[in-house]
Amino acid sequence: MLTERKYDKLVNEQGLRIDGRRLDELRFIKIDVGVLEKANGSAYIEWGKNKILVAVYGPREVHPRHLALPNKALFRCRYHMAPFSTEERKSPAPSRREIELSKVIRESLEPAVFTELYPRTGIDVFIEVLQSDGGTRCAGITATSLALADAGIPLKDLVVACAAGKVDGQIVLDLNDIEDQKGEADLPVAIIPKKNEVTLLQMDGILTQEEFERALKLAIEGCKQIYIMQKEALKRKYITAKESIESESEETTEEEKQK
Amino acid sequence: MTDSYGIVTKVRQKRISELLIQDKRLDGRGLEDYREIKVETGLIEKAAGSALVSLGKTKVMAGIKIEMGSPFLDTPEDGVLTVNVELVPLASPTFEPGPPNEDAIELARVVDRGIRESKAVDLKKLCIIPEKKVFVVFVDIYVLDHDGNLFDSSALASILALMNAKMRDYVVKENGELEFKPNYIKLPLQNYPIEVTMAKIDDKLVVDPSLEEEGVTDAQITVAIGKNDEICAIQKSEPGTFSVDEVLGAVNISKKKAKEIREKALEG
Repeated sequence: MLTERKYDKLVNEQGLRIDGRRLDELRFIKIDVGVLEKANGSAYIEWGKNKILVAVYGPREVHPRHLALPNKALFRCRYHMAPFSTEERKSPAPSRREIELSKVIRESLEPAVFTELYPRTGIDVFIEVLQSDGGTRCAGITATSLALADAGIPLKDLVVACAAGKVDGQIVLDLNDIEDQKGEADLPVAIIPKKNEVTLLQMDGILTQEEFERALKLAIEGCKQIYIMQKEALKRKYITAKESIESESEETTEEEKQK
Repeated sequence: MTDSYGIVTKVRQKRISELLIQDKRLDGRGLEDYREIKVETGLIEKAAGSALVSLGKTKVMAGIKIEMGSPFLDTPEDGVLTVNVELVPLASPTFEPGPPNEDAIELARVVDRGIRESKAVDLKKLCIIPEKKVFVVFVDIYVLDHDGNLFDSSALASILALMNAKMRDYVVKENGELEFKPNYIKLPLQNYPIEVTMAKIDDKLVVDPSLEEEGVTDAQITVAIGKNDEICAIQKSEPGTFSVDEVLGAVNISKKKAKEIREKALEG
């Protein structure tokens, strides 16, 4: 690993983390909606050094056909990491981790999707991690719910995810890769904000019950901050679209005048 | 678990719901009761360690094999632990031959997480020559009869098999070769995680769901608890949701149940 540096401490005396963040501070997050031409819905998220592209296809015909469900849409998810997304090259074949994550991500989003409106069809989600830096499942879920909205698929609410954990004995929000690896615990959480319901919950590491409770609440606070950014990103797409249509129509009226 | 499991008839579904209103279950258990747990260890002589766990009618066997291999690049001084699950076709009409599907992989990874994060096996002690040679511990979980709650039965079988495991004592010679001694030693264990699974059915939490109950489950949560009551791993599965209070309640229940199982199954 050429770029690895050694860190003695993950949290310094001033309570700052290796990337300069406070304990309860999120990384910089930038979200764009509707970034792909061919997909029915898409989103791109940059979350710290994470760069993730999500496409949604559907509702469309299911292949293979026998998988189609009579009462609702078949909701499928593929979480995949690009070979160049990690420190060491990752084989492009799906790993056991990616298969598990695909499953939990699907289960975190499906409760928010009105699949019953589209029987016998399929909704396919493709999450491609282009660069990873810890917390890719959370970033993936956050972007996917926007891509679903962008595809025009009715949702109960957006799903938003964020992790909390324990690093150097402190409960912190939104762990990066090094904190995830060297820290004591990681707790990714996804919620449906309107109903305040948890749709994804995983933990590895060691926490006491009291620490777990604090971390869970901190993760949910983080989710709520990101939820605001999600809604802004979605609105921004339509504002940009509206502006471009308006400027086009202005141009055409001017052309007409000249004629 | 998902897929074509638990096709539970409407009549049965209704019965489950009716009983749950009175905090009762189909097989007469209370909401927080486990089915009868039976354990046997050391049944497979060729394995380094083995355990057969029955949880009601669910039967899971775990076998341990220990081999020599190379460590992972990022942990050059640690032995290697791998957990694999086989959903053997003889265990259920829904299990098919072939490579592990996502259910098997999730199950293996959740059991792995409980053992790994609780530091149950002291991997440092399984190092022979740093960066070169370490012991590799294989935990192979064989589901023999599937009647629900594979998480808890597999986790219990795994830790029991690890406790049962023996390896030949050895000394490292100067040329790096191993010289085995006639006596056997135990695997270096330092924690004993117990996994407790709860299913949410009709907004009630039910411990140790049976296969029929899994068929009507909205969401499921598995919590691994270590010997000092610490939480070492959590996995929510199934496409349903939990409220924050339900999650905290589930953690509380799992601490209580883990203690019971530890006293009953591990120390007995």
